[in-house]
Amino acid sequence: MSSRDKILKSINRHLVPAAPLPDMDQAWIQFDNPTEQFLTMLSAVGGRGEVVANLQAVSAKLHEEPFYDDAKQICSLVPNLDISADKQVDLNAIEDPHDLADIDFAIVPGEFAVAENGAIWVTDAQVKHKALYFIAQHVVIVVHASDILHNMHEAYPRTGLNTEAFQQTPHFGVFISGPSKTADIEQSLVIGAHGARSLRVFLVEESFDRAQFK
Amino acid sequence: MAGHAQLADKFVANEERAQWHDKSLWFVRHKRDNISHSIPEWETLRETASQVKLHTVAHLAQYLEEFETNAKKLGVTVHWASNAAEHNEIVLSILQEHNVKRVVKSKSMLTEECHLNPHLEAAGMEVVDTDLGERIVQLRKEPPSHIVLPAIHIKKEEVGEVFHEHLGTEAGASDPGYLTEAARQHLRENFLAADAGITGVNFGIASTGGIVVCTNEGNADLGTALPNLHIACMGIEKLIPSPDHLSLYTRLLARSATGQPITTYTSHFHGPKPGGEMHIVLVDNGRSDILGSDDFRRSLSCIRCGACMNTCPVYRRSGGHSYQSTVPGPIGSILGPSQNAKEHSSLPFACSLCGSCTDVCPVKIDLHHQLLTWRKEIYVRGLLPFSKTFPMKVMSKVFQRPGLYAFGGKVARKALRLMPRWMIYNPLNGWGRQRDLPEAPKESFRDLYKKRKK
Amino acid sequence: MPRVGLFIPCYIDQFYPDVGLATLEVLEQHGCEVDYPAAQTCCGQPMANTGCTDAAVPLAERMINVFAPYDYVVAPSGSCVAMVREHYTDLLPLTNKLQEFQAKTFELCEFLTDVLKVDSISGSFPYKVGVHQSCHGLRELRLARSSETVGDDFDKARQLLKSLDGISFAELTRTDECCGFGGTFAVHEEAVSCMMGRDRLADHRAAGTEVLTAGDMSCLMHLNGLNQRHAQPFPVMHIAQILAGRQPEGITPVNSTDGSVA
Repeated sequence: MSSRDKILKSINRHLVPAAPLPDMDQAWIQFDNPTEQFLTMLSAVGGRGEVVANLQAVSAKLHEEPFYDDAKQICSLVPNLDISADKQVDLNAIEDPHDLADIDFAIVPGEFAVAENGAIWVTDAQVKHKALYFIAQHVVIVVHASDILHNMHEAYPRTGLNTEAFQQTPHFGVFISGPSKTADIEQSLVIGAHGARSLRVFLVEESFDRAQFK
Repeated sequence: MAGHAQLADKFVANEERAQWHDKSLWFVRHKRDNISHSIPEWETLRETASQVKLHTVAHLAQYLEEFETNAKKLGVTVHWASNAAEHNEIVLSILQEHNVKRVVKSKSMLTEECHLNPHLEAAGMEVVDTDLGERIVQLRKEPPSHIVLPAIHIKKEEVGEVFHEHLGTEAGASDPGYLTEAARQHLRENFLAADAGITGVNFGIASTGGIVVCTNEGNADLGTALPNLHIACMGIEKLIPSPDHLSLYTRLLARSATGQPITTYTSHFHGPKPGGEMHIVLVDNGRSDILGSDDFRRSLSCIRCGACMNTCPVYRRSGGHSYQSTVPGPIGSILGPSQNAKEHSSLPFACSLCGSCTDVCPVKIDLHHQLLTWRKEIYVRGLLPFSKTFPMKVMSKVFQRPGLYAFGGKVARKALRLMPRWMIYNPLNGWGRQRDLPEAPKESFRDLYKKRKK
Repeated sequence: MPRVGLFIPCYIDQFYPDVGLATLEVLEQHGCEVDYPAAQTCCGQPMANTGCTDAAVPLAERMINVFAPYDYVVAPSGSCVAMVREHYTDLLPLTNKLQEFQAKTFELCEFLTDVLKVDSISGSFPYKVGVHQSCHGLRELRLARSSETVGDDFDKARQLLKSLDGISFAELTRTDECCGFGGTFAVHEEAVSCMMGRDRLADHRAAGTEVLTAGDMSCLMHLNGLNQRHAQPFPVMHIAQILAGRQPEGITPVNSTDGSVA
């Protein structure tokens, strides 16, 4: 007998009392001002965020980022940002994700943000190497200001994980809440464990076409 | 083998360190309280999460098959392992087929339970634990003392020493920021050099065939985004029916574990990365036996948040290593005996039955009741020492005869009044080493009641 | 007039007879006809908690028979009541007789607040009182909201105590951590048990506790045992004694009006 059959048989030999699935439609937390809540939580988890009018404003604000002007390699999936050509890294031209090891800044779009925990959903749908999210020293995420949900119960249907598209082809999606961190040494919080040392989020008011990101 | 009480005794003997350990963990419990009290529907969340887990376990075979079918559709190779040895063999053979020399591994209590590292190392592979806490204990050649905070028992000066020896940090350096940066540089080299990444699994989603891995450091993501081979090791109890149910657990897990609103990275893997390969190893290793027990089934609901350890007044004052079990603390004192009742027979007694673990548990496992039930099991299986059972049998006999009980009480109280202090507080008196006995009154309540009625 | 069978835990009977008397007095003051059946001994908790359930079963059976004639069974112990109400089903078949017994058994404070609907206790107790939440009362009987759970605050012991003139409460850093008694745990895990107890006492000292009270004399026996080895022990009283109008021994009512009456 294969181990598979052995395990299933071992489970099935037990008569386990029935337990119905509970109703998931409950009065989950809502916020008067989800944007404000999101920014508060983002700051609580070590990130920084703000509402900006449009992508041009993002471009200007990037220069305020510590380390940004000194950056040698910037990989932006957000178009029309003011990045000098010698710094810009074209993700699609890179074959091996190991070559991303020296990326200083990744500027990426997020699909939506969650007010209750400061998390942003990003995927590899239009991103050739998901490593970008984790290997870059600093990460900047751009999200539509209107794409802020109250809680995780609203968030999961929006991920599309339950849709055919996600289930037919391999996909990766991650909620990112703040920069990489650890408290493994005496419970002292240290920002910048293995992933991003900083996370900046721009909530852009003017609508933009996500399809142009690549 | 020394039981929990003996090891706890040693831990407490260093009072200053025991106090430090207690306070570090209470701080985490306190953060958990603050954040859970900010969620008005917290108790509904716990109850709903508990019900989903009980439902899943009641239909486990069906959900496992659904999970397997969907994972395969995504191009994942699914393996099944009945026990730890088979799990280790499967992982080793996948790695060998791919000629792997260097492996990076993110935190996985399952691989700890199966003792995967020594198995791979014996075959000549280098396995690097990439979670900072796990890397610290790995370099110290000791097991984690906590499932979420593996190095919670180690002081920063001691981390400094081990990093000085292995990573070349400055002698005497103990600043957590400096040491973490050194680990970042050291582990980045390992991430970039690895041929394969191993991760645990926090949740497996039956309806999609996807898995979820939660970390704060991003180590599971770096470890799987760079090498082409990803092996995920998953206990069969990690399943949930659909992504919508993840909302419950991603809300509860980090809040309960560390007081964060969610882990920094909550990663959803659905199939291998482009051009890569992904394997999932489904492991039973005794879980299907627990499933058959009405008393202990609920322990399979555990999402490994560690909140029961942080809140446990005994764990905080005895340290994780005193449990001598992969998973320590209250949940470990249930899982340990399930694996080997004889070896872990002292664990259900390392508990004052205060019930704080039950109230803190995000999936409402009735931990302290299960611990009580384990005590009965241990007695029934004849694993309780005579020194524990004999007094109980005698007491029971006495209590069954009120006259004998009243007489015995009178004699004992008189003896206590007459005996000199040095005789009462003798070395065999476990109560009296640090505590006075109550003063023995001349008359019991029943004597006074009789007089009052006259 | 409700007919109450007084359930006095064995160690209270033997070592703390005044706690039994105080319980009796409080119940009589609130209009109960109280009887103490002398055939009672022990509820069986020490045996059950050690795993020796076969040694506990005959004691549980005795309890049900001894208390059969009464409308209610009341005990000055959350732990022993929890044993009866929450754990006798682990020992005995679920009969009507068992269920009736469980349904009519109450811890003293909850009997006063929930059954007799007492909303105030007259008297004076001009001290800063440290209330120790005994775990079984707290998390098995739900006599107060435990600090782990989220919801409205309630506390049946404080609800009764707060009406006493001059009383104030010590506010602890850890509101309801276990004292470390835990029955046979106190001896089998002596080191951890005593450290837990010392930590509780330190919390009370820092909070300015003048009199330490609880609904369970077992926790207090352990805490007082440690307390007696301290240079400045504070008095320890069972809540029944305070409710019955007893005053602490060895201290005079001073600086007891600074705390708020919560």
